[in-house]
Amino acid sequence: MASTAAPHTQRYYVPAPSAWPFVLTVGLVATIIGVGAYLEGAHIGPLPIWIGVALSIYIIFRWFRGIARESEGGLYSAQVDRTYRWGMSWFIFSEVMFFGAFFGALFYARSLSLPWLGGEGSKLATHLTLWPGFEAVWPSNGPANLGGEFETIPAFGVPLLNTIILLTSGFTITMAHHALKENKRLACILWMWATVALGVSFLFLQAEEYIHAYTELNLTLHSGIYGSTFFMLTGFHGMHVTLGTIMLIVITLRLMAGHFKPDAHFGFEGVAWYWHFVDVVWIGLFIVVYWL
Amino acid sequence: MAHHDTHADHAHDDHHGPEKGIMRWIKTTNHKDLGTLYLFFAFTMFFIGGLMSLVIRAELFVPGLQFVQPEFFNQMTTMHALVMIFGGVMPAFVGLANWMVPMMIGCSDLALPRVNNWGFWILPFAFGLLLSTLFMDGGAPAGGWTMYPPLVLQTGEAFPFLIFAVHLMGISSITGAINVVVTILNMRAPGMTLLKMPLFVWTWLITAYLLIAVMPVLAGAVTMLLTDKYFGTSFFTASGGGDPVLFQHIFWFFGHPEVYIMILPAFGIVSTIIPTFARKALFGYDSMVYATASIAFLSFIVWAHHMFTVGMPLAGELFFMFATMLIAVPTGVKVFNWVATMWKGSMTFETPMLFALGFVFLFTIGGFSGLMLAITPVDFQYHDTYFVVAHFHYVLVPGAVFSIIAAVYYWIPKWTGRMYNEFWGKVHFWLSAIFINLTFFPQHFAGLAGMQRRVPDYAVQFTDWNVISSIGAFGFFAAQFIFIINILACCYGWFGRKQGLPARVWEGAHGLEWTVPSPAPYHTFEDPPQVTEAELTAVHDKTDALDGHKLA
Repeated sequence: MASTAAPHTQRYYVPAPSAWPFVLTVGLVATIIGVGAYLEGAHIGPLPIWIGVALSIYIIFRWFRGIARESEGGLYSAQVDRTYRWGMSWFIFSEVMFFGAFFGALFYARSLSLPWLGGEGSKLATHLTLWPGFEAVWPSNGPANLGGEFETIPAFGVPLLNTIILLTSGFTITMAHHALKENKRLACILWMWATVALGVSFLFLQAEEYIHAYTELNLTLHSGIYGSTFFMLTGFHGMHVTLGTIMLIVITLRLMAGHFKPDAHFGFEGVAWYWHFVDVVWIGLFIVVYWL
Repeated sequence: MAHHDTHADHAHDDHHGPEKGIMRWIKTTNHKDLGTLYLFFAFTMFFIGGLMSLVIRAELFVPGLQFVQPEFFNQMTTMHALVMIFGGVMPAFVGLANWMVPMMIGCSDLALPRVNNWGFWILPFAFGLLLSTLFMDGGAPAGGWTMYPPLVLQTGEAFPFLIFAVHLMGISSITGAINVVVTILNMRAPGMTLLKMPLFVWTWLITAYLLIAVMPVLAGAVTMLLTDKYFGTSFFTASGGGDPVLFQHIFWFFGHPEVYIMILPAFGIVSTIIPTFARKALFGYDSMVYATASIAFLSFIVWAHHMFTVGMPLAGELFFMFATMLIAVPTGVKVFNWVATMWKGSMTFETPMLFALGFVFLFTIGGFSGLMLAITPVDFQYHDTYFVVAHFHYVLVPGAVFSIIAAVYYWIPKWTGRMYNEFWGKVHFWLSAIFINLTFFPQHFAGLAGMQRRVPDYAVQFTDWNVISSIGAFGFFAAQFIFIINILACCYGWFGRKQGLPARVWEGAHGLEWTVPSPAPYHTFEDPPQVTEAELTAVHDKTDALDGHKLA
């Protein structure tokens, strides 16, 4: 009737039972308990955090090594490949929405809440009652001048350099991809290391810039809404670049170990997609956080 | 009959059965095992959340403070909502998706089985963490499940654990949703084109899309709460240039699609059950799909109707009012389609059908009170009253929860191979339907008369309605034990219930899940079936299914 079996091709790979996800959860939760207790000043020490982080990293390593082995072992059909493509696309979409929350906060503060505090529109009473002297100009740390006077980082200095670095890394990873598709392994690996070097340079400059902001500009997380949005947006972006750089290194090491084929290398492409994603987020940051 | 079970005897390279003992459940990558885990977890949470609601209703039985301190009362309202939404309704729907989506589209498992395991096992830990806050200094979170600052920032030691628990639930939902989307987009059997999928699959596809879009936004919102409390940021502090109302905007940008996350799969279930017991194809299949997609789209542009009283500009109030009222159009399409499906059908009223019909009636009541709340000027009066409580409980309990119960009765014979007891199923339905209306209908009146929500005491003139409401709540809770016993009896074969049901348990049921044996074997559709027109046509025939199509 309804279900006569289709001609037998390769079956969809369903992995054997696995303890990885459970143990990963244990690691995450141990970390969370440690961090939560630390934030609330409970004296349980940093041990849960270290154990949790170590366990999580170990399992993530095991899990991805397992996937690499399954892939190299030929267990993945074209359909599994499509699963990873869809999965990665939707994961990146979820990341976009995560950043969207912080971009939204920035836009709201700049175009609504600050002008309202300055007496614009229907919020005149708030302005007159609470902070009659406050004038809304961006950048701002709010009517109470939270965190004290601060300076911002000019867009056309290090941030522009960082923009050029990330755009260049987008170029180098594309060159690496082309080399891989043409089976020029050495060229691919060299382009990949160039990409990694650019990623590390970006992170180095960002770290320098943070130190500069904290020590010389008095621009900190405490600097009102400007400091909040600035550090949360660039900070989460920096964390994503860090993760992306680790992913690039892993993929490059796999290339050096002989993994991937010219026509089958989604592990590589997934990382490239992710790298382009952090690149695009940076462009957004450069325009709305640093420049405008 | 199903051809694939002749394959079941073959030993295959990638064929693995369950592990022994507890490790089966910890390590499983099987969608049926994980579906079962999700469902049992959800029912545990329904029970815990239900107990919390009984604390609330006991305290509100008469005016004055009887049983609990106001602080604890607030913890109960907050935790009741978090447990029911993130621990009960959402995991129950994910459990149903786990079980049914692969069997409905003809694939061997979800696309990412290990990720599926991860998504489940995060939940017991997340809720262990959340419930443990009840025993911490300062108690559990008590600022409402919406976590509005600045109130929520006054939470005691529980605060970081609340935030991290929400993060964990987000990870679970996003991984689960990616899995469902990828499965539906990539794993359909040959012949199962998008517009031939069962509606439960369609509604879950759109639900999963909503989850991926908004759970990260919630994660961002609560992260800002965390940094505001511990790291000196001022997202939600006016003196720093932020705005507490900003949190409400971000939260409800998540929160309103979340409402549809909890009801779209219910629409799918009802659209599956009603055709079966009306013995007619679903009326207006395509319009159902488009209505679901429209609701999903609109859900992104209506969020501020939760915030009419915060002092938005007039243009905002008007926009969100009209956009909200637009949702009545696709929702109306659905209700009329269900009614048209039953029109001239050969209807019978088995328990799943009763719950589905209860859904159509009672969800529609919740929909109408939603329309009333959408009208900005009247919302100024209704806001934060028991009218709101009545409204969202009507869409969530006789809405979402009734659909989950209906789904369990409908598919339990497929899952366990044993039929539930029809008499006790009907008793369960009638008791539930009567008590749930006793619980929530009077709250409309109390709310319109001005009784505020989230307050442990009230003025004496609301006493009568509250007495009725509390009696209803205890009755509803008690009635659910009939359900639990009926279902566990199917699972464990109590009362001498024997297996041996046909593959197509319900004579009017259609779809691939009814072509596999009952109970469904551990692995189904390892080789994708060739989906024939006959089986699909019957799912949603444009003509009358009874003409010319012989039911199997």
